[in-house]
Amino acid sequence: MSKQERIVENIGDAAWQAMLDTVDLFCFVGELTITIFTALRQPRKVRWRETFYYMDQCGCKALPITIIICLLMGLILGFQGAVQLRKVGTDIFLADFVGVSILKELGPLMVAMVATGRAGASFAAEIGTMKVSEEVDALETMGCSPHRFLVIPKLLAMLVAMPLLTIFGNIAGIIGGFIVGVSMLKLPPVAYYNRTVAAISPEIFASGLIKSAVFAVIITVVGCMRGFQAENDAQSVGRATTSAVVTAIFWIVIADWVLTMMFTMMGY
Amino acid sequence: MDKSENIIEVSGVTAGYGNNVVLKDIDFTVKHGEIFVIMGGSGCGKSTLLKQMIGLYRPFAGSVTIFGQDIVEATLSERRVMMQKFGVTYQDGALFGSMTLAENVALPLEEYTDKSVAEIAQIVRDKLQQVELGEFGDYMPSEISGGMRKRAGLARAMALSPSLLFFDEPSAGLDPITSADLDSLILVLQREMKTTLVIVSHELDSIYTIADRVIILNAATKGIVASGKPRELRDNCQDSWVRDLLTRKNMKLENKI
Repeated sequence: MSKQERIVENIGDAAWQAMLDTVDLFCFVGELTITIFTALRQPRKVRWRETFYYMDQCGCKALPITIIICLLMGLILGFQGAVQLRKVGTDIFLADFVGVSILKELGPLMVAMVATGRAGASFAAEIGTMKVSEEVDALETMGCSPHRFLVIPKLLAMLVAMPLLTIFGNIAGIIGGFIVGVSMLKLPPVAYYNRTVAAISPEIFASGLIKSAVFAVIITVVGCMRGFQAENDAQSVGRATTSAVVTAIFWIVIADWVLTMMFTMMGY
Repeated sequence: MDKSENIIEVSGVTAGYGNNVVLKDIDFTVKHGEIFVIMGGSGCGKSTLLKQMIGLYRPFAGSVTIFGQDIVEATLSERRVMMQKFGVTYQDGALFGSMTLAENVALPLEEYTDKSVAEIAQIVRDKLQQVELGEFGDYMPSEISGGMRKRAGLARAMALSPSLLFFDEPSAGLDPITSADLDSLILVLQREMKTTLVIVSHELDSIYTIADRVIILNAATKGIVASGKPRELRDNCQDSWVRDLLTRKNMKLENKI
């Protein structure tokens, strides 16, 4: 086989694997949807204690790093914006630039990146390890749905935690822009505040929160699916964890693009 | 239930992973109240066979009938009903690390019964007492030894008082005394509860102590090479490999010495 043929074969093989992987993801989402409806009919069967545990792990414990990252993102964005806006004498529009960018795009996205690294990776590792120690087998032979037992608490927790983290992240990001605006561009703090309030609307705020909820679903589904796909050895758990992060980031970017197009077409 | 009644019927099971066939045309039955042992060398497919029997994997061909119902073809709801009638203990206990021993044992009761919290707590205490872990209900699985984890796994498997119990290598990784203690515990429980036991093991001491009947799998033939009472097979089996296996003889090692 020539080198060119091998390249074509490798590309074809990779594309086929990617397609199979996407089919697996949609099958997993389908199974999970059935489990969610079952859980809605029987809320008593939801593992609420685990749900609160994951809210604490993925929400409360992620708050400091989320605030730091978003504050730094606001500072960077503010600095870059200030340099450009000062050239054309429109310094005051820094508030619009930072506020809208953070709320619409960067807030939800940065929170999603932090959550992928923390929660997505930990979900994959946790379920993968449970497979190695036969805990998932034990659940199945007890007739307990591993989806209901292991995925639903994580999903519920993430659906609550991610939008809340995004709100805190947004505030931190706007404060970052405010610091640059007031210190570097010497804008009056009240003027910066008024401009920010005028620039952002409830629709912009809501669009960011909707994005964060969608990202929460992606991170949880991909993390858990990769955990279930792990084989019965430690290396496989490592691969599942890496793959959970990479795949989740890929689908987050795709979802962000689709949602951004959708909200733009809707006039938000 | 009649003692001669078949609890499990495995018929023509061929199984494996991917394209790799590990077991070929396996046929046997397990009778009510029997202690039935599946043994063989490493890699012969003992655990694979167990996983087919408890419905974790689907065989390439053949059927596994438990309590008269085909577990392979059962729907999810039928399988859920079947799974209440049997319990499984895994090699390392497979306890849920985020729960205490008491919570682990309570889980099947919470899943399948409408009992009150107090009733469940009483049953959990009884079950833990039966496996001599009465004082350890509040311990986490990471805080106890391997042997205790296995016993806690046994308590969880017995939570619904099933009439059939599967054990995957109960003595593996245990010292001889702990292993003997576990064997005697299994025997006591079997006598008290009249439970049918299916045990995957290659621990000869355990097999001679507890087994009523044994089947021996061979990795080369991918099938059953002998079945019967362990002592009779050791003394009378025509197959020298089976006799060697049951007398722990290693010809290659003996020739070297």
